[in-house]
Amino acid sequence: MKKLLLALSVLLLLVSCKPVDLDAAIPVFNTGIDANSWAKIPAGEFLKGQFEEETLIDYDYEVMATDVTNDQYASFLNEVTSSGEATLDGERIIGDYPGDTFNGFRHEEEIPAGKYLYIAINDPAVRLTYDGSTFASKTGYENHPMTMVSWFGARAYCEYYGWRLPSELEWEKAARGTDNRAFPWGDTTSRNIANYISSRDPFENMTSFGSNTTPVGFFNGKSYNGYQTMSNASPYGIYDMAGNVWQWTGDVYPDQHYRYMRGGSKNHYENTLRVWVTNNATPTFTGPAVGFRCAR
Amino acid sequence: MNWVGKRFAFLFKSTKGLILVGIALAALISAFFGMLSGPMADWGIKDVIVRFFGITLVESEREGRLVILYHVIAMIVVAVETYMITGLLPMKENQKVLINSTITVGYLAAIFGGLPFAYWGHVWAFHGIYIAGLSLIFFAGCVLLYALWPWRKEYRITDNSYAHTRKGVPLERVAFFAMGSATIISALFGAIPGSSFGNGFTVFLAENVVRVPHKSILDLSIIGHLHIMLALIAICCALIISRWMDFKGVWHKLAMPLMISGSLVLAMGTWLVVPFEAAAHAIIYGGSTLAMLGALFLVIFSWRKLIREGLARKGIARGNFFQKVGALLSDPLKFGATWQMVFMNFTVSGIGIFTAVKLDEIFRQWQFMDERSILTGHWHILATLTATILLMYYADLAGLKGKARQWFSWLLIICSDLAFGAVTIYEMRRLITPEATQQPLINTTTLLGDIGIIVVLLVLAILMVWRLTDLFKKKGRWTIESTQSIVENEEGIK
Repeated sequence: MKKLLLALSVLLLLVSCKPVDLDAAIPVFNTGIDANSWAKIPAGEFLKGQFEEETLIDYDYEVMATDVTNDQYASFLNEVTSSGEATLDGERIIGDYPGDTFNGFRHEEEIPAGKYLYIAINDPAVRLTYDGSTFASKTGYENHPMTMVSWFGARAYCEYYGWRLPSELEWEKAARGTDNRAFPWGDTTSRNIANYISSRDPFENMTSFGSNTTPVGFFNGKSYNGYQTMSNASPYGIYDMAGNVWQWTGDVYPDQHYRYMRGGSKNHYENTLRVWVTNNATPTFTGPAVGFRCAR
Repeated sequence: MNWVGKRFAFLFKSTKGLILVGIALAALISAFFGMLSGPMADWGIKDVIVRFFGITLVESEREGRLVILYHVIAMIVVAVETYMITGLLPMKENQKVLINSTITVGYLAAIFGGLPFAYWGHVWAFHGIYIAGLSLIFFAGCVLLYALWPWRKEYRITDNSYAHTRKGVPLERVAFFAMGSATIISALFGAIPGSSFGNGFTVFLAENVVRVPHKSILDLSIIGHLHIMLALIAICCALIISRWMDFKGVWHKLAMPLMISGSLVLAMGTWLVVPFEAAAHAIIYGGSTLAMLGALFLVIFSWRKLIREGLARKGIARGNFFQKVGALLSDPLKFGATWQMVFMNFTVSGIGIFTAVKLDEIFRQWQFMDERSILTGHWHILATLTATILLMYYADLAGLKGKARQWFSWLLIICSDLAFGAVTIYEMRRLITPEATQQPLINTTTLLGDIGIIVVLLVLAILMVWRLTDLFKKKGRWTIESTQSIVENEEGIK
């Protein structure tokens, strides 16, 4: 009995110390969803939040049909580093931000005008490569959402192309439509409709590296080598508004420096996928389950 | 019919029977609803349970469901602590009967009204029953305060071993009274926002709003309410254990004023969260320090006592270090109750202080979901640790002896601490590993946590099955316990 307990303890220690291979090969699938497409959201009322407040957005707008991909962000970095709009500072790509109004509220941190982190290219969790002159996606991750990107990096991407990060309200209406559904696709969830923790998609292995991102638009009703997905498109045809990666939104609120994210992620339970749930972080925060999309 | 009547009388009229019913129901509810979240959801058990029992999980009602579930479990714990108080402290028999019967009906109404309303559709009559249950518990609390009133002549003491005023007012009773008064007032801080639902207040989980800079008065009231209620349940538990250990002497005289002032200052601090959120924290730290010092003195007293008694049992007059440690651990049930209070410092208080000190420097640099993980783990551990302490006291009351006592106690101590330790590492995992490489650590801590919790639930189940089978015996333990008070039990052990 004692030997068994000892062996079990050693095994557990070994399992917990086993390093995660972040560059392990992953399956490659073409989802057939165009990452350059946009969805139009018409002006009108929608039900905001958990308690369904009638809220008006009195203008039409468009939101990207998918999250921004690694390929798209690599192209952006190549362009802005060439033009000097972003610079390499050691191992970090940084760019200008005009700063926020600072009120000195409790826990509020000042964000003055200056250069801020977009991505840290030496972070092994970044799915981009950089050979000293050109950025490119790591093999297999070309059509996966761009992650490990700060709020400044997300904002800069959208603004570079003349777009913007969606506000929280815009994001929520784009995800929910005009009824009171909890998820972009309806009121209940199942494992083959979105990428969340233990959703058992082909990119997940909870016994080793854990969860991974899925290609943008992966859950669209197609079958991939026998893995049948259901479409998670919102009422406006927008994919991955729940699960896969949290999405930065554009609002800057008074008395706090936090930036808000929506949509839940591959690393969180399905209750975080509900359209009204928010996450937040300092604008320099980067994470393997944080990405973004733009609005215009 | 007589067969049923006698057992019903034991379960619902005797103190030990009432405690047994409460613990059994809390265990059943925790085990059942625990299958709807965490690893049980990962493994697909949640889906099976939801389908099989026809549970209705409306997504927008998740927070409301959880609030009702937490209240139901908390009300059972409050009832169990109340039975222990009415059993341990002298009071008039009619008061005791009124308090116990009212709180029993109250928590049963909270269970059988609240849970069907929360998990099986919305029949509003059930909600009414739930609210009526909470109200009865509140009323029972008021009666308990009346019964506890420490300044009555008949409760004055002259024994100088126990802390008392010059006039003989027992400070331990004052401590129970202060804790109870703070509890009753603090309940209102939850009840008032609750009754304003839809009129400026909507349900939320406090861990979800920690970073919101501007909170409404009703939101702040709820935040104060949940913090103080859990803290007071823990203080009440410490006071009950004080009685179990027959806490007395100089440590008692030092501890009781600290328990009284700690309860009141802590409560004051959480009430002040509503008008003065920033200043309130400093007062809360002060109150917590006082109460924790009181608990520390209890630990010192009880460990010295356990060593003394353990050595005496072995016929050793003055033992060496190892003999003293052996004596301390010789009754793991009594050692475990206070050890868990010490362990609480590593997994709850220490973590809480560290998080507060390094909040902006470390934890607020993480995403909110990681900070939420700490908060959720923090109060789950505090609540469950408190439950294990009460469980140890009950196991003693239930007459657990010999090897069964040793196995029960050690499994409960080791496995619950294994689970709490694992959960502590899990909740603080960002200090150890980045998010991208967290999975092996998550797997290990989840596995250890699950093993710990499963073993704890198993030993609890075995204890409950033992007591259940005893009910089928004509002359089982229940026949003795039907008329035995828990104070008599204490004397029996001595």
